[in-house]
This record gives sequence, structure tokens and C-alpha cells, in this order.
Amino acid sequence: MPNQPEANNWPRWFDPRSRSLGTFGFILNRVTALGLTLYLLMHLIALGQLARGADAYDGFIALVKNPLFKLGELLVIAAGVIHGLNGIRIALNSFGIGVRCQKGTFIALMLIALFIIAFFTFKMFSEG
Amino acid sequence: MTEQLWQVHFKVHRQRTGGKPYVRTFTLDVDPEEYILDAVERIWALHDRTLTYRHACHHSTCGACGMRVNGREKLTCITTISSVTQNGGTVRIDPLRNFPVVSDLVVDMGNFFLRMDRSGFNSVAPLAAACLPYEQPLTAENSIDHEPERLVDCIECGLCISVCPAANTDKEYVGPAVLASLHLMYVQNPTQEFIDQADHHTGLWRCHSAYECTEVCPSGVDPAWRIMDMRKKVMSDRIKSIFRPRSSEKKNAQPA
Repeated sequence: MPNQPEANNWPRWFDPRSRSLGTFGFILNRVTALGLTLYLLMHLIALGQLARGADAYDGFIALVKNPLFKLGELLVIAAGVIHGLNGIRIALNSFGIGVRCQKGTFIALMLIALFIIAFFTFKMFSEG
Repeated sequence: MTEQLWQVHFKVHRQRTGGKPYVRTFTLDVDPEEYILDAVERIWALHDRTLTYRHACHHSTCGACGMRVNGREKLTCITTISSVTQNGGTVRIDPLRNFPVVSDLVVDMGNFFLRMDRSGFNSVAPLAAACLPYEQPLTAENSIDHEPERLVDCIECGLCISVCPAANTDKEYVGPAVLASLHLMYVQNPTQEFIDQADHHTGLWRCHSAYECTEVCPSGVDPAWRIMDMRKKVMSDRIKSIFRPRSSEKKNAQPA
């Protein structure tokens, strides 16, 4: 008999209660990966507008200049930065590097991520 | 014993095989320095003889009394009540996750024990192998004519599998304890057999580096370190194989 996780337990993937820092890394990686996959899908749909002619494409570009889409773009940058930096931690650990200081590495990398996200927030929203 | 007793509400998971789970609350006057297992035993002895739970040694050697206390995996025989609640507070007690519930706080660990067995797990190992490289190994006090041995740290309590978020996502994942066991066996006997058992999508590569196993392990096995050390070995072998073509012999080992 396998370990038998409960049926339909996927919400528990994102449940941070009674968990330590490592699971926050795990949840962040899952959420950002799903977000980036969704973005890739939307990106392909946007590119698909090119096939429908210049007017359709221009109309779509006008739509994405909406501040809400700008926020979406910022979320994509945030997801990419968080997922990438967390991935570096996991890759290093898989080579046996920094395993015993993985918590510190995670905190340091997320602080770097925060700094990069803050920089992009300033750049994107201060330039109008 | 401390002088002042605490009144604590214990919310205990109740469930019969295949039945709907529910929670029953028991209010006890307890010594805050008593252990959670003492309270569970008192509930069984004085309040509800139908409550089922596992226990044996009462000193963190047998690994039988693993439960979730306020959501967190604990060995209840060494978890004091004062460490998880306060006077007038509530303690929630649930069975381990990622195992089928047999009844109340008892889970079926049969598959886990089989996998440990398949990994070749032996509870006695040479001192050098049983200690992690970053630990200060104990030296034998008396001179003996053979390599000193000791009991290994893993008590097969299953807390690491219960807490592991990857085990929650994949029912075929062998789990941290089995991988740590394979690592221990590999350290003692570095043959490809143990690597092949671990180098599998339901083995080493299912781990998502959450390190929860190491956080909850009550006996310092550090399964996460052992998994990463084994990954390092596999990765290094793969990189070397790029420059040194391997024989055409196919791997046919099954995961543990």
C-alpha cells in the first residue's frame, strides 16, 4: 500500500500552517511556477494576435497598457526572480553545496529578490 | 512535578477505518511538565476506553508514538505539554499525515516498514558510518579488537514522511527515512545497488528541498542532508559519465 495521501488534497500543497521555512520555499516555487506557466500561455495568445492582422495586434497592445496589466507584468518579474533565485539554492544544495546553511541562503536570496522587485516596481511605476 | 496544575483542553482526532473523522474534546488537569503521551494515556484510562493510539517505550527509542500536536509532527513521549500550550489552552492531537488512518491516532505504517526493509536498513552500523560527517564521532572508551559499532539514529517513527510536502503530492514517493537509510547503507558499502534504488523519480528526485524532515526528526538523522549527499554522488557520476562512456549495461534496479 503506498503512502496514500488523502484524495483531492492539492490545497494542502499551499498550506503554510505549522510549517518551517523550507516549506515556504516549496510553496513559493510552486506558486511562481504556476504563475509563470499561466503567463507563458497568455504570452502565446498575445503573439497569436499577430496572425490576425495589425489592427487586432494594436488593439491588444492598447489593452495591455492598462495599469492592471502593468501590475501583472510586475508579478511576472517577481515570479521569475523568486523562482530563479530559489532554484539556484535548490541546484546548489543538489550538488551538496550549502546544505547545512540552506535557511540562511533562502533568506539571503529572498532579500535579494525583494530588492530586485522593489527596483522594478520603482522603474515601472515612476516612469508613467 | 510542579506545584500548580494546568487545565488544558485536548482536542483529539477520532476516526474508525473508512469512517468520517470528528474531533472530541477532553479537559484535563495536568502537570505542565508531563508529556503529551501521558495526557493521551490518561484520556484513554479515565475518560474514553475506545480511544486508540500507539506507544511502547516512553523514551523516544521505539518511534511508536508519533502524532501531530497542534499540527506539527512530534514524538509525543518527549513533548512536554508546556512546550505546546499554556494554562487554559488547547492542544490539538491528530494522526500522522501521508499514512492511511487505521483508527483514531493509529496509522498503517506497514508499507513504510517494508520499504525500510527493502533498503537494507540495519539498526546497528559501524561508528564512522552511523555518525554524520559534521558530527564529532564518539570514541570507544575501552580498547576493542574490532571496529566500534553503535545503534543508528533512525527509529522509524515516520514523522519525516508525515511532514514532507513532496510525500503529500506523490503517493509513490519512498520518503526521507528510506532515502536516508539507503544513504547509510551506501556509506557502509559503496556499491551501485543502493544508488540505483535511490536514483529514481519516486526517490531522490521527488524531494523538493523543503528540509521539513530534518526539522522534525526527533533523533538527528538529518535525512535532508543525506538525500543531498546522495544527489551529489549521482550528479557527479553523471557528469563523469559524459567524459567516460559507461558500459551498455542497463539499470534494472527497482525503487525501494
